[in-house]
Amino acid sequence: MKRHLATALLSANLLILPAIPWAADPVAGAAGWIKEYPQTDGSKPRSCSTCHGRDLTQPGQHAKTGKVIEPMAPSVNPQRLTDSAKIEKWLRRNCRWTIGRECNAAEKADFIAYIKTQ
Amino acid sequence: MNPFACQSVLTLLLTSTLAMSSAHLAFADDDDDEDDEHEHKRNSLFESRLAPVVNATYSEECGSCHMAYQPGLLPPRDWARIMAPDALINHYGDDASLSEALRAEISAFLGANAANVARSMVPGDASNTGAVSGGLPRITESADFKHEHDEIPARLVTGNPEVNSFSQCNACHQKAAEGNYDERWIDIPGHGPWRD
Ligand code: HEC
Ligand code: HEC
Ligand code: HEC
Repeated sequence: MKRHLATALLSANLLILPAIPWAADPVAGAAGWIKEYPQTDGSKPRSCSTCHGRDLTQPGQHAKTGKVIEPMAPSVNPQRLTDSAKIEKWLRRNCRWTIGRECNAAEKADFIAYIKTQ
Repeated sequence: MNPFACQSVLTLLLTSTLAMSSAHLAFADDDDDEDDEHEHKRNSLFESRLAPVVNATYSEECGSCHMAYQPGLLPPRDWARIMAPDALINHYGDDASLSEALRAEISAFLGANAANVARSMVPGDASNTGAVSGGLPRITESADFKHEHDEIPARLVTGNPEVNSFSQCNACHQKAAEGNYDERWIDIPGHGPWRD
């Protein structure tokens, strides 16, 4: 029983599956998506929308390389949010790049909840 | 059976096939190139045709932020530096960190398909000058690359919102993803084909 719980907690952490569904708030995710983080080196402020845009049904563009990024909204891009390892990998990278640190479980759950509604 | 004899037969076959292919015809009708330029291109390991990327893991993991560069564009030593765990976390100002399993798989693929080691001994090869953040080598900093691209004005590259930097090979080389950098497939956004 104890081990069960530990495993559940562990996988919730690893896979950011909203194991605590009541904590996932799409409204908070939406606000987090466009929140701008100023940069100390004089470069432009960063947000999730810097690369993914504000309209998730539209393609985005990588801020540095200019490569087109397919739309994030599952409604137009059913491939999205189907691979938990991929989600976890990109949230780790993108939170570090955008916010300057990794996101916590609640922040990640909010982002996912928001993207899901798009 | 002598493995060397076998290899030379293979080499012969390969060379004759190549000689008949359009890859070499491209050189043949390149008559407006001066002779020494011609020589350089033949000797250079920076080829106009590279083996396309055939590793799905590599294409997926290293092709999400920019095109998946052909392994043949850098020598093994440079790929090894780029693939070091610390280097991936600070990857030219971005975060390209990977799980250890993926990192090992991709490193092995790059190592096995990298440019001929001889290239790292070409005098003046600047691929190890480490002019960028984290001191990582760049294809675009190598002497061979600069030699091929030194006549292109900055306004068509960094001053061109559809290109951004030389690192975006596929912005100008329409068949870059296939490893084809032949001049006939160049189309610079806002400028068109390249005539020199
Ligand atoms: C510097 C550019 C950039 C920024 C900024 C950025 N992302 Fe991304 N993101 C990417 C790229 C590139 C991919 C992978 C490309 C692809 O799958 O098409 C990606 C993929 C993702 C994925 C995986 C989606 C899936 O299932 O396929 C999620 C989730 C994600 N980003 C969320 C975010 C969040 C949340 C933020 C803000 C904290 C953010 N991104 C900021 C570039 C960026
Ligand atoms: C999260 C986004 C991202 C991922 C994933 C990524 N890169 Fe990059 N890469 C970049 C950025 C940004 C640059 C700098 C581009 C520029 O300066 O215009 C870059 C540059 C490079 C360069 C130098 C190109 C030049 O200018 O010569 C190489 C080589 C490279 N990446 C290899 C890789 C390899 C190998 C992988 C897979 C392990 C990889 N990249 C994955 C974002 C990424
Ligand atoms: C701004 C547009 C542009 C970008 C970006 C660009 N190139 Fe080029 N490239 C050219 C042009 C134009 C030439 C022909 C130059 C000449 O002949 O004077 C060329 C020539 C070449 C050649 C020689 C082709 C031949 O037929 O001999 C190779 C190989 C090459 N580029 C590889 C690359 C690689 C690899 C990248 C990315 C790391 C890249 N290029 C990025 C425009 C570009």
